[in-house]
Amino acid sequence: MSAITLNNITKTYNKGTVLAVDDISFSVEKGELFGLIGPDGAGKSSIFRILTTLLIPDKGTASVVGFDVVKDFQKIRGIVGYMPGRFSLYQDLTVEENLNFFATVFGTTVKENYDQIKDIYIMLEPFKDRRAGKLSGGMKQKLALCCALIHKPEVLFLDEPTTGVDVVSRKEFWEMLARLKAQGITIMVSTSYMDEASLCDRIALMIGGKILSLDTPAKIIEAYPEKLYAIKSPNMHKLLRDMRTNDEILTCYASGEYIHLSFKNTTKENEGSLKKFLEEKGETDLVFKETIPTVEDCFIRLLGHTDGNSN
Amino acid sequence: METVIRTKDLTKRFGDFVAVDKITFEVQKGEIFGFLGANGAGKTTAMRMLCGLSRPTSGEAMVAGIDVYHKPEDIKKNIGYMSQKFSLYEDLTVLENIKFYAGIYGLTDKQIKDKSDELVEKLGLQSQAKVLVKLLPLGWRQKLAFSVAIVHEPKVVFLDEPTGGVDPSTRKQFWDMIYDASERGITIFVTTHYLDEAEYCDRICIMVDGKIKALDTPFQLKQNFKADNITEVFYQLARTAKRGDD
Repeated sequence: MSAITLNNITKTYNKGTVLAVDDISFSVEKGELFGLIGPDGAGKSSIFRILTTLLIPDKGTASVVGFDVVKDFQKIRGIVGYMPGRFSLYQDLTVEENLNFFATVFGTTVKENYDQIKDIYIMLEPFKDRRAGKLSGGMKQKLALCCALIHKPEVLFLDEPTTGVDVVSRKEFWEMLARLKAQGITIMVSTSYMDEASLCDRIALMIGGKILSLDTPAKIIEAYPEKLYAIKSPNMHKLLRDMRTNDEILTCYASGEYIHLSFKNTTKENEGSLKKFLEEKGETDLVFKETIPTVEDCFIRLLGHTDGNSN
Repeated sequence: METVIRTKDLTKRFGDFVAVDKITFEVQKGEIFGFLGANGAGKTTAMRMLCGLSRPTSGEAMVAGIDVYHKPEDIKKNIGYMSQKFSLYEDLTVLENIKFYAGIYGLTDKQIKDKSDELVEKLGLQSQAKVLVKLLPLGWRQKLAFSVAIVHEPKVVFLDEPTGGVDPSTRKQFWDMIYDASERGITIFVTTHYLDEAEYCDRICIMVDGKIKALDTPFQLKQNFKADNITEVFYQLARTAKRGDD
């Protein structure tokens, strides 16, 4: 049995004028770490709210651990943990009070399930008497995760847990998720950081309420249709502008210290003719090499254009 | 070279807590200056002082030729600002937002009209000009917000995590706009959590515990720290943080 199943789920807002989730179907296996990857407005949060029974879909059916999200909503609420995108703990309660509160609501105690949160809670312990509203971003995030875990949920829903969090805390957070996954918890997590996608077992790349692609990160990268190259020179902005005037190039954009590019028709002559073209434009000290696409490259390719019409 | 931002031992204390601890740096005209640091490193506090929103405890700071102690109000006229959290009025249309900001920054009616037409066309928002901003996708909103933040051609624009949550394709276009502005001579002061974007900056400054721990070109930083990318440099420095994320 799948841990999560969605069949043709559609959700609109504002009397049907805003289409948030557009006929989406997929399932998540038990114990899987599944990522919804996409920008704001992709429909990620709506899916989370439907699966956690906080929102009723317009069309379609969905289930969590075999329970229907509409009919069996009470059963689902007892066995899932949910960390919403916006910090939703009680700001005026302390760290410890929040945790006790959530444990009590779910009919358990912090003591009983302490082993579940221990790894994370020890980082919070020095601040246990501080009010949640006075915590830093990274600490709030850790507390929210503890509160979502305190009743030992079977499925954990984490909506953009790392948004606005620096890279060091983001890395720590994903290490925590790996440990939770090792305990057998099914995790569905969303993010707009493409580099986090590779840390999931499978990912769904989403935009505008639709799934562009759904597979393991490795398979998604394998499916990249063209050869991808990386190029750099001392003046990157000029290089990018020059390349945009070349007819043989399908796509080119900055990616870290390089510019990534692909050709409309990949041939042996591509490299030589591009170098000649750029040298005529006055470019010097070019570094040019083939490169392996990242999930971000795949996402951009799936969007199909970099002309300003996306999102 | 014209120096647009200059600080010397700039410090901000909140009681015993030293949020920004004697930072000294200069930013040149047209430069794209990346301002990085872990959560709690003091970035926001430093930025608020440079924008004339928070009075320094000690030290010196000059922005766009104006001293932050004596004429903080004048600074506001000479800078632009946008952040992920707040940038535009969602209940106003695209055109209304442009007109509102252009008006606040003191453009004449004629200039406002020309600027509105120009921006709407450049952003490809002709069919959306009378649409409420809250109905626009985030990526478009952020591109509009940036255009509005520099509608008065300020000497420097402060961008506080401008691309958070934006799709990768639009993120690239956003950086194209940053490059264009910089080539027109507008100085860009930008914070980001996307460290691939740090590579696009002319120079990067990394703050740890309120102090500047590194300041150089991306290339030089990678050399100095024997790192393959800026993320590695960042890890090396952020790991030394003592006051942590608290």
